[in-house]
Amino acid sequence: MKTDSPAKGKKEKTDATKEIWNLRLYVAGQTQKSITAFANLKKICEEHLAGKYRIEVIDLIKNPQLAKGDQIIAIPTLVRKLPEPIKKIIGDLANTERVLVGLDIRPISG
Amino acid sequence: MVKAKQAAVLEKCPTGIKGLDEITKGGLPKGRPTLICGSAGCGKTLFSMEFLMRGAMEYGEPGVFMTFEETPEDLAKNFISLGFDLPDMVARGLIATDHVYIERSEIEETGEYDLEGLFIRLGSAIDSIGAKRVVLDTIEALFSGLSNAGIIRAELRRLFHWLKERGVTAVITGESGDRMLTRYGLEEYVADCVILLDFRIQEQISTRRLRIVKYRGSSHGADEYPFLIDERGLSILPITSLGLDYAVSSERIATGIPKLDAMFEGRGFYRGSTILVSGTSGTGKTSMSATFADAACRRGERCLYFAFEESPSQIIRNMGSIGIDLERWVKKGLLKFHSARPSLYGLEMHLVTFHKVIDAFKPQVFVVDPISNLSAAGTPSEVKSILTRLIDHLKMKNITTYLTDLNHFGSSLEHTSEEISSLIDTWLLLRDIELNGERNRGLYILKSRGMAHSNQIQEFLLTNRGIDLIDIYTGSGEVLTGSARAAQEAGEKASELASRREAERRLREQERKRNALETKIAALRAEFDVETEEVHLMAKEEQKRQNVLADDRLEMAQLRKGKPSAPRAVPTKKKRERRVK
Repeated sequence: MKTDSPAKGKKEKTDATKEIWNLRLYVAGQTQKSITAFANLKKICEEHLAGKYRIEVIDLIKNPQLAKGDQIIAIPTLVRKLPEPIKKIIGDLANTERVLVGLDIRPISG
Repeated sequence: MVKAKQAAVLEKCPTGIKGLDEITKGGLPKGRPTLICGSAGCGKTLFSMEFLMRGAMEYGEPGVFMTFEETPEDLAKNFISLGFDLPDMVARGLIATDHVYIERSEIEETGEYDLEGLFIRLGSAIDSIGAKRVVLDTIEALFSGLSNAGIIRAELRRLFHWLKERGVTAVITGESGDRMLTRYGLEEYVADCVILLDFRIQEQISTRRLRIVKYRGSSHGADEYPFLIDERGLSILPITSLGLDYAVSSERIATGIPKLDAMFEGRGFYRGSTILVSGTSGTGKTSMSATFADAACRRGERCLYFAFEESPSQIIRNMGSIGIDLERWVKKGLLKFHSARPSLYGLEMHLVTFHKVIDAFKPQVFVVDPISNLSAAGTPSEVKSILTRLIDHLKMKNITTYLTDLNHFGSSLEHTSEEISSLIDTWLLLRDIELNGERNRGLYILKSRGMAHSNQIQEFLLTNRGIDLIDIYTGSGEVLTGSARAAQEAGEKASELASRREAERRLREQERKRNALETKIAALRAEFDVETEEVHLMAKEEQKRQNVLADDRLEMAQLRKGKPSAPRAVPTKKKRERRVK
């Protein structure tokens, strides 16, 4: 269940780095929380990282052994693999402010 | 699976931990979670590790160890300390480990979540090896790693329910909290079995204790049981695990002192009995122990000698002075010394040392000199419980136990041993007898179960040829020992000699008297004989005279032409006259 978002965003944003943001969203089946989380994530990425992010959705019900690698205990969990350091956000990502802080993305100024 | 079993007797899952299965009457509740709680360093992790390892090794039940605190490397090191090779067991598919690492600073929480990830990880670990046992050590880390306690609590409830449904026997550890068994109230979720581990330090000596707080649907020992951790894992020492149902021997073994044997019907102690020798210092307790050990080795038996006061070489040297050569037995491998200061470690450790050395050496005779020093390592009731367990263990193995007990000056001789007296089969008391400016040793038998025994106090002598017992002087209403006894005996001997002389003199006098009397009797008899002779002669003369007279009469009658007289020789005058008429 890989969803590569288009890396060619139209709006150049304020982010200083040019590198690709590699994000992983761990879910366990198509639960309400997972769907909400994915939708929220997509929205935030489109807004702030358009064109330079990649979202990987991992369903632990299909690949349970993958939970160990990223130390996943909560569902849903968003892991920022790149840029380093790794960061984790758990929950349905409803609070955009906190997601931005968690991913260390500066909000769009002005 | 569990539900189906509920009507039947609760199934138990043996832990393999020494002693625990006895007090829980079979183990932990099978297919249910058990909470192990206690303060830091009390042995929770070790407990759960051993539970898992023994399960995998001895009961063929693979297990999952999910740790929230230690890295797999640390975990492997801990397992090695118990003698288990974790990487090897993982490779063989007996154990699966999972290190759950939660770092609060790395995690941002936003919105709703659940702990399905944890369930999935646990589930996949269980499935990977077909685990029957699960350890979560310690799941409380969730509370410090995540901020939403409400979610955690709901998820924990779900987790325990899920574990039950999977039918795995789970051990969950939790740190003690204030006025609660665990800091986050885990006991609220684990309703089936709760075990509390405790780690206390009293008078600089640490003791570990275990208590079963609750065990739903099963009877269990309710006491606090001391336990200890050594290189073979946990050992819980349930005092009640050994019943009073051991077989006894009626074989008798010599004490090493012939006169002492004589005090026990001439046959000594029972094999496998417990003998206590108590006395104040310097009464010869160690010498008696050494004599007994020597006698055992002479019979070709193995003797284990625990010395709490002296080093082996010192004992060997000292016993050489009373003519007991213990060194040859040591060289032959029949005698083994084990010296340790009682304060070296706690009582439980002592007990385990006893057990270990006994199991390794397999002695027939076991000597502890003295047991009173153990009281330095614990309270009297603890000492008693340790000794009870030790003696039970020894009796089970039919090992003759020889204990000495040091009494203190001034206290009643029987007093210090009161608490253990009920465990003792044969109790010898050595005491000082102070009299006339000297101190002597006396020995008597306070009790000896199941055999007739002497009630006499014996004087106890240490000579260069070993121990000797002498009947104490008890004549003329007083008890004398040592030189007083010797003096009294010498005096008695003298007066006895004098009175014997007197008696002989009297005898001789009587003899003389008898001789004199007999001479007299002879004289009288002679006189009497003479008289008798005379009387006889006179009688004869008379007869003759009578005969002559009769003849004369006959003659006269013939002359008077009378009837010839009857052949009757001497008719009386009257008759004759009647006949004539």
